Amino acid sequence: MRAGLVRDLAAALAGLGLLIALPMLFPQPALRDFLIYFFAYGLMAMSLNLLVGLTGLVSFGHAAYFATGAYAFGLLMQSGLVPIPVAALAAVGGTALIALVVGAICVRLKEIYFSFITLAFQMFIHSIIVTWVGLTGGDQGLRGGIPRPPFLGLDLNDARVLYATCAVVFVLCILAMRQVSQSPFGYTLRMIRDNPARANFLGVDVTAMKLGIFVFAASMASVGGLILALFVSGAYPEFAFWTTSGEAIFMIMLGGMKLFLGPLVGTLLLQTLNHFVTIYTEHHGLVLGTVILVIVLGLRRGLADFLFDAIQARRARRAAALAAAAPAAFAPAPLDGRTV
Amino acid sequence: MNLEALVDCLSSASCAVTQVSTGLIVGMLLFLVTSGLSLIFGVLGIINFTHGAFYMLGAYLAFTAYALSGSFLLAMVAGAAGVGLFGILFERFVMSRVYGRDILMQLLVCYAMILILDDGVKILYGGEYRMMGMPDVFALPPVEIAGGFVPGYYLFMVAVALAAGLVLWLGINRTRLGKIVRALAINPQMVGALGINTTLLYAGVFGLGSLLAGLAGALAAPIRTLTPGMGVSILIESFIVTVIGGMGSIAGAFLAALLIGFTRAFGAIGFPLFVDGLMFALMALVLVVKPSGLLGREAA
Repeated sequence: MRAGLVRDLAAALAGLGLLIALPMLFPQPALRDFLIYFFAYGLMAMSLNLLVGLTGLVSFGHAAYFATGAYAFGLLMQSGLVPIPVAALAAVGGTALIALVVGAICVRLKEIYFSFITLAFQMFIHSIIVTWVGLTGGDQGLRGGIPRPPFLGLDLNDARVLYATCAVVFVLCILAMRQVSQSPFGYTLRMIRDNPARANFLGVDVTAMKLGIFVFAASMASVGGLILALFVSGAYPEFAFWTTSGEAIFMIMLGGMKLFLGPLVGTLLLQTLNHFVTIYTEHHGLVLGTVILVIVLGLRRGLADFLFDAIQARRARRAAALAAAAPAAFAPAPLDGRTV
Repeated sequence: MNLEALVDCLSSASCAVTQVSTGLIVGMLLFLVTSGLSLIFGVLGIINFTHGAFYMLGAYLAFTAYALSGSFLLAMVAGAAGVGLFGILFERFVMSRVYGRDILMQLLVCYAMILILDDGVKILYGGEYRMMGMPDVFALPPVEIAGGFVPGYYLFMVAVALAAGLVLWLGINRTRLGKIVRALAINPQMVGALGINTTLLYAGVFGLGSLLAGLAGALAAPIRTLTPGMGVSILIESFIVTVIGGMGSIAGAFLAALLIGFTRAFGAIGFPLFVDGLMFALMALVLVVKPSGLLGREAA
């Protein structure tokens, strides 16, 4: 058992406690809805960061798996043949299979090629969803509602039970991603990100490793999709549209890549922004685009990274000032903060 | 799937001619867009994800210019030159600030720009479909070739696209400026050290690539419906063309664009619901057999 595991488990339990307690303290339904959206998009952003931040694979097509999770789950539930857990597992497994096929083609490609081929495959999946009207409802999305038959004594038609279940699933997935990123596999991925040639020389099967994380990340994104499908009781082609992937990338960038939970911060920020933008204007794209341009060109990094760096620099300056003020007998004081 | 219809069409001259002409114009539009994309990537090393939005911009500019002046020639010039100029501004004020930074930032900048352009068009022209209509100059009876009828405009379009491609190829491979641009793609420091203004060249190349997208948009305006967001599908198709043809090869882009054009034209008859799937299958096949593309040099 890894030493950090206990700490991760404790953090996960504390996080879960907080998520369960929040709607009890503030019982407005709007908060609960907001948080369920946060779970869904948060899982997509977190799983995308396994590719972007951990492995250095900038996928522009991650929302495809979000969508396949949502559609597969919705269709299975509408068939009325299987209980919720089986449908959920089948949806995740099915998405993993799709990701295996797409990934097998994509991970062989270098950097920017990878980005645009993942985007191309996402739009392919989007076009299947839109054209296969008989199965998916086309433009209108999967309508008619997704039934939520009770299972194991849980009745998801009760909004509180639904929320709690989603929170548990969300925390479990985050914990799983944490374990993967801290495992030897996770460190191999970091090596591939930093120096693929060296990883290759050391006998690492780079392609297989990339494919492994691609499939895992896609499965995690599909969980996000099925949470959303379960909540909104439907699935829509917009889930698979390229803007959804763009938003996921923006969430990662907003939250920064230096912290494991950074993408969740980004999800929270973007969701809050979207919330207010849609209230005040219908020109959502114009506002969002401008905000992105200002942040990317102005700060040149994510909001959370910006704060993180600012705090670090401040700490460094303070440490330097302290060292300079202390008697110089112990250690020569560094002249500027950067060397600390 | 309807193989019978496909065989029928192939065996009747008139249907085959019609489909070949459709495939040709789809291929030519794709070729123009892709060669711009490929040129920018070849020299600047970035993928311009806004290229599809530039195509849209070209179409709308041509639409406006035609409505104002009534001259299709002017509309074409406005579409191409306007987008070229816009490309230069975009390169100077936005894109050049994220050179050398990670791909994530470049993607985000492009993503933001597409959102802004799509929404901008929506504000100016409204969200509904717009039609430019065939210019009066081309209101001629269709030309009859081997029993099939081909609109005169199609022939004009193919000629313009071919001419643009030829000029581009000659310009890059046969002129002094083209030689400098090729050198810039290989070793920008050296080119700069020789006293050549690389910043200006980068902006120029980006502008030229954008101009090609704008020209494609202007040429497409009379035969396509205009909507905000019309750029996405052509962007995806030009990615596929790039992969099949090989990055950085104009001849490869030409070949692959025609291949995709014909796949679309004949696929629409044989497998109406599976046209996109056919393109992707073709791309997957090329990636497995020859990862660098049909005419690509280095491995992807």
